[in-house]
Amino acid sequence: MAAFLARRLVQAVLILLGVAAITFLLLYCLPADPAVLIAGRSATPQMVAAIRHELGLDQPLVMQFLHYVGNLLHGDLGRSYTQKTEVLPLILARLPATLVLMAAGIVVEVALGLTFGIIAAVRRGGFVDRAIMMLSFVGVSSPQFVVALLLLYVFAATLGWFPMSGFGTARHVVLPALTLGVLGAGWYARMVRSAMIEVLRQDYVRTAHAKGLTGRRVVLGHALPNALLPIIAMVGIDIGQFMSGVVVVEAVYGWPGIGQLAWQAIQQVDVPIIMGVTLVSALAIVLGNLLADFVAPFVDPRIRSQ
Amino acid sequence: MRVLRELVRRPSALFGLIVVVIVLLAAIFAPWIAHFSPDDQLADGLSLEGAPLPPGGGHLFGTDTLGRDLFARVLFGARTSLIIGLVANGVAVAIGLLVGLLAGYLRGTAGNLLMRFTDLMMAFPALLLAIALAALLKPSLWIVAMVIALVNWVQVARIVYTETRGLVERDFILAERSLGAGNSRIIVFHILPHLMPTAIVWGTLGIATTVLLEATLSFLGIGVQPPQPSWGNIIFESQSYFEDAPWLVFIPGAIILATALSFNLIGDALRDILDPTQRGRL
Repeated sequence: MAAFLARRLVQAVLILLGVAAITFLLLYCLPADPAVLIAGRSATPQMVAAIRHELGLDQPLVMQFLHYVGNLLHGDLGRSYTQKTEVLPLILARLPATLVLMAAGIVVEVALGLTFGIIAAVRRGGFVDRAIMMLSFVGVSSPQFVVALLLLYVFAATLGWFPMSGFGTARHVVLPALTLGVLGAGWYARMVRSAMIEVLRQDYVRTAHAKGLTGRRVVLGHALPNALLPIIAMVGIDIGQFMSGVVVVEAVYGWPGIGQLAWQAIQQVDVPIIMGVTLVSALAIVLGNLLADFVAPFVDPRIRSQ
Repeated sequence: MRVLRELVRRPSALFGLIVVVIVLLAAIFAPWIAHFSPDDQLADGLSLEGAPLPPGGGHLFGTDTLGRDLFARVLFGARTSLIIGLVANGVAVAIGLLVGLLAGYLRGTAGNLLMRFTDLMMAFPALLLAIALAALLKPSLWIVAMVIALVNWVQVARIVYTETRGLVERDFILAERSLGAGNSRIIVFHILPHLMPTAIVWGTLGIATTVLLEATLSFLGIGVQPPQPSWGNIIFESQSYFEDAPWLVFIPGAIILATALSFNLIGDALRDILDPTQRGRL
């Protein structure tokens, strides 16, 4: 057990190093020359050369990479080209808004996904099951920005129940969270359904029925906990989906989080910010996977005894 | 043929097939179907107040904010979206097959390295990586297709890897090897055919993901660049007018949804048909 977790920890660190290597290569080896971008349009070659020296771009690639990793370990993600400030504080300042949005989105996703997934599994093969599965396909196939604009059009512009954009009150959260949650809900519903079907076939479920427990007790009390395990293992992938969704949702709703920061950076080709957000997201995904590894033994004693 | 017959028998897959065929025909015959050029800013394309025209009248889907015929733009946009969907996803499946097959067949250090690299790619949020790449390279149709291929091969690689590992252990491979067959012969004639169902299923499901990703990138302004129409950038260009001209957003939006949904439905049905053990799985 401990050895397994230790190995996962080492793996996580290695993956983060690899992520840093890829972002580094993207940053420094692609056609866009950061020195030219920072210097602006009216810069003389001398100014560009000076900036290149200042950034250490005239050093060998390996040195640059070690320097880059060293900076990352100090929390230095580089400087924004356009805002002339450090990237990390920019991201940290906007992180809370994104976390609020993600938390709300996860509530929507899990609530909808679990409910529909369980219902579909229990009514397997019937009309309700097929309707839910069809609906989940629609959820998975929806372009998030269209869902966002549709919700805005119906509930904000036409009905006026919710504000068009912005941040602050609970009412501001509803539409962005729904947009973010719908896609994942379709995905979760399918996951929960197949995991539940797997578990409902087991002997112990039949035993529970035979003991005379109500259907609700059997499904929620006995089957569900075991069905949750494969779903917990998906947390990392799920966080990845969420980080991607956050960019679109925050751009449409004007939500002041790191997704919007990334979106604004896209418009200005502010590469360090884009890379910073990518790195932070990758960190979130790796931590999510790690969390899943550490939580699993507590949920399932079988893993603990291995 | 058997597969097609089984597909047609399923209502949801049949729906998917019909939509896909319509979209394909629309893309191929776009210049003959459309009455207007997608780039023409028509003299009568705007109302007297300068607003885009709603659907109906001479313009089936109405006109956009520059007075261009939306139906023509959506038709030509289908070309962009399908080309990217097919090319990007084809490349992604090819890379995934290659990496997964090699990693699963070679095992050892080389196989391990390949799979660790795949794990590494899994740690990137796909859209953000695509955004970073697209922002760094000047986006064009082919760049966007390559960017999408670069982020989408990972899942295929993992599945192919698992399947290949299973196949390599099987007796018929051992028998082949003891008969003196070389590695390349075993891979091409004995392993690859068994991976075809997986490639077909993911080749179909992946088109849905790709169409959505292209639309999203174009919507964010870093995908296919206007004036070349794509379903995503039609919405990108008119999103600020969506309250007054909702058709500009929701007609292309509905078409993106229908297309992605159809490829998902066909892919799901194909998986059921080609691999009964996977039935009911994700």
